Amino acid sequence: MKNKEPLILAVVVFFSLVTYYLVEPYAHHVMHKHVESEGFAYADLPEMTKTGDATRGQDLVMGAGACVGCHAIEAAGMPAAMEPQMAAASYGVNPPDLSNAGAVYDAKFLADLIKNPAHALKVEHKFDANKGQMHPMVGFYGAGGDIDQEVADMVAYLQSIAVKAEDLTPAMAFENACGRCHAMSYENWTQIGTKPSFKHEKDSLAFDIKVLEYQDSIKAYMGKLPPDLSMYIRSRNEQFISTLIENPQNHLAGTAMPRVGVTADVAEKVIEHMKDAGDTKRHEREAIGMNVMIYIIIFAIFALLWKKQVWRDLH
Amino acid sequence: MAHFTKATSVKDWLNQRLAIEKVEKVMASEYWIPKNINFLWAMGMVLVITFALLLVSGIFLLMYYVPTTEGAFYSVNYTIMREVDFGWLWRHVHGVAASVVFLIIYIHMFTGIYYGSYKKGREMIWISGMLLFVAFSAEAFSGYMLPWGQMSYWAGMVITNLIAGGSLHADFLVEWIRGDYVPAQAFLGRFFMLHVLLIPIAILGLIGLHFAALRIPHVNNQDGEEIDFDAESKKYLDGDKAGSKVMRFANDFMSKDMMVVGIYLVFFFYLVFWNYGFAMDPVNFDPADGLKTPAHIYPEWYFLWSYEILRPFSVDLGLALFGFAQVIFVFLPFLDRSPNTIPANRRGKAFAIWFWLMLVNMIVLTAMGKLPPEDPFSTVGFYAAIIFIAQWIALPIITTLEKKV
Amino acid sequence: MENNSRRGFMGKAFGAVAAVGAIGSLVAMKKSWDPLPSVKAAGFTTLDMSIYEENVMVTEKWRGKPIFVLKKSAEVMAKEKGNAAAEARNIKVGDANFMVAIGLCTHLGCIPAFRKDEGNFLCACHGGMFDASGLVTKVPPPRGFDIPPFKIDGNKLVLGEVGPEWQTMKDNGVTL
Repeated sequence: MKNKEPLILAVVVFFSLVTYYLVEPYAHHVMHKHVESEGFAYADLPEMTKTGDATRGQDLVMGAGACVGCHAIEAAGMPAAMEPQMAAASYGVNPPDLSNAGAVYDAKFLADLIKNPAHALKVEHKFDANKGQMHPMVGFYGAGGDIDQEVADMVAYLQSIAVKAEDLTPAMAFENACGRCHAMSYENWTQIGTKPSFKHEKDSLAFDIKVLEYQDSIKAYMGKLPPDLSMYIRSRNEQFISTLIENPQNHLAGTAMPRVGVTADVAEKVIEHMKDAGDTKRHEREAIGMNVMIYIIIFAIFALLWKKQVWRDLH
Repeated sequence: MAHFTKATSVKDWLNQRLAIEKVEKVMASEYWIPKNINFLWAMGMVLVITFALLLVSGIFLLMYYVPTTEGAFYSVNYTIMREVDFGWLWRHVHGVAASVVFLIIYIHMFTGIYYGSYKKGREMIWISGMLLFVAFSAEAFSGYMLPWGQMSYWAGMVITNLIAGGSLHADFLVEWIRGDYVPAQAFLGRFFMLHVLLIPIAILGLIGLHFAALRIPHVNNQDGEEIDFDAESKKYLDGDKAGSKVMRFANDFMSKDMMVVGIYLVFFFYLVFWNYGFAMDPVNFDPADGLKTPAHIYPEWYFLWSYEILRPFSVDLGLALFGFAQVIFVFLPFLDRSPNTIPANRRGKAFAIWFWLMLVNMIVLTAMGKLPPEDPFSTVGFYAAIIFIAQWIALPIITTLEKKV
Repeated sequence: MENNSRRGFMGKAFGAVAAVGAIGSLVAMKKSWDPLPSVKAAGFTTLDMSIYEENVMVTEKWRGKPIFVLKKSAEVMAKEKGNAAAEARNIKVGDANFMVAIGLCTHLGCIPAFRKDEGNFLCACHGGMFDASGLVTKVPPPRGFDIPPFKIDGNKLVLGEVGPEWQTMKDNGVTL
């Protein structure tokens, strides 16, 4: 009788693949809307028209811009005046240190943010100036000259003191762009910094209390505690995270999460860090996977050869 | 005391005490298998291999898993996935194998239905096999609770709510099963016990029963032909291996088994290393939160078809039909009234259509079970459920009318 | 029949390939039993040697084991003079002299008690005794207290790291 096995195999594979397709790619496509990335172009923000001068920018940041009134700049020798949980309790939110802002954030995003924070961050639905709900950061109204030039100068200064792009590690990218609101316990990251190791339990608990106080402030400011991101690269996929970072409103309309304004490269580094936390062994998995596949193909070939030998007598 | 002689070799010593030669003949070299079979006959061995993978990977997970609501998620996603050397490998193998085993079970089941391998003389093979399906389902469900993610918690909540019996409002029973008002430590602890000890013991026993039930009737063949195993095995042993209709289990059948297993493992390990999302759903990578139901909640793919039979109907009717769907397959040998033990395609149009419709319909039910309960999916699912019920009611009728071939 | 030897070969060849896979799996399984990175990282304890008082025995912890730290007074040091075995065990940090030892009796592992008035150790399990230098003064313990690997770092002692002083002690058989 003729060998029906190829046909049988085709039937089995066909029905299995149909089932897989319907249950996985198709169903997930129906359940989750697809958001297209705009490549971190921030098309809604105006292009920068002026070339900034870092020296003038420094004067403005330290002086008329009044940035250092709230923001620490470690890189310029101006450390934080208060502990983070004290700052969060005083201002409602902890103003970030600006040392690396020039490397982490997109230039025209920074320019827009300096002038109108709620607009750049896309939180105008929460901080509506007309209703008297002021963003904690006061916008820069200009120092008497061309405001666009002044803002460009300030951005140029921030870029000059920041680390170079190649020296910005994935961990630094995450801690700067996300770490003030999101903990990442699997990397020992709390919103007030990496938790040190303490010899005495008393000191460890004291640190934990500071974290909890800080989290209370964020909860009050954001409406709920931003989630711990340790496993988010696996509970949400990369495409979701990337488009969420680009514009949170696209996925979570009405959310209090601001558009953070990172560049495309920095977004990639943030995702890399999330993979380090939630998919740590991926490189080992790829490497061992290749070796196992090669082995198992050899195994299958030897099994086939053995079968052919044994069955020579049986036909 | 039986008579023992001085042993001539280690083999002879063991043989006098354990009859190892006889055992080897009965179980392996003189366990006669028809030659007229195809690779689908190897699914049993594929299941044994997959079960062995689950057992071994499970052993290493068990070394590091912490069965408490506070510690479970961390022990799986941090300790095992990040800290334990090769921990990620055991976890991926275990998760993928737990899902793929059901694909093989369904292929194995439908092979049996197609070729009539449940009919006269082989009913116990079918019944023990269906009991194994139930045991594996319980094992999969209890295992899914253990990572204590969002899906673990809410699947546990929903499935144990079924026990209230709809309008019966047997809430006391639900609380008793859980050991608490909601899935909490007591719930996790007992499902850990079930998953690690009780159900595996039951599975091992049922596998023994399944093999025992197979031994006397012997394996079926592609034409359903009744073979005289004594005559054919004599032909083989007299030297006419090519002319005999049967072959040895070991090594004739085993060599083909191993070939199929080899090809299967290529596919299996590809999934383990690169395409495991279907087996480890993203929702379960959120730690369990009793105060927040996920936006989309669904069982694992292999439960979707019966989930979809429950969903379209009102609570009591849904539960009744769900219960019906769980047990009806067991009665197949008794509902099929025809005397024909031949492949479905040769049993006349009615049964052939019944078979392919059942297969396609279960795929439709599976797909609808995953899709959100809105139109058009809920409508399609409703009719698919009706077709499923109707097919089982129709089965005794169409098989009674089937002509003897 | 003439295929028998070839068939046997192919079967054995397949068996060998399968065995390679089995061995690979066993290697992975062995590694899964290895102590976790977090366990190995916790294997270092740093002691600030400036906080100890003379003749006050303090029990610290290292790798789950008790560590006896005893700052030796001038009287104890005077008694040690000339005793090569005692002097070889001495740990000098800055100007101070210490006995640092794993606080487990070398007989069968009980924790000996420090008697402040006598300035020595008595093990309740079988009556063994150790002096302030860590040497055995009454059997059954077979040798003096074991000394944990240590490294002197200024005024601190890092247990778990091997420093030159400890390496010398090990090489000279002062400790295991």
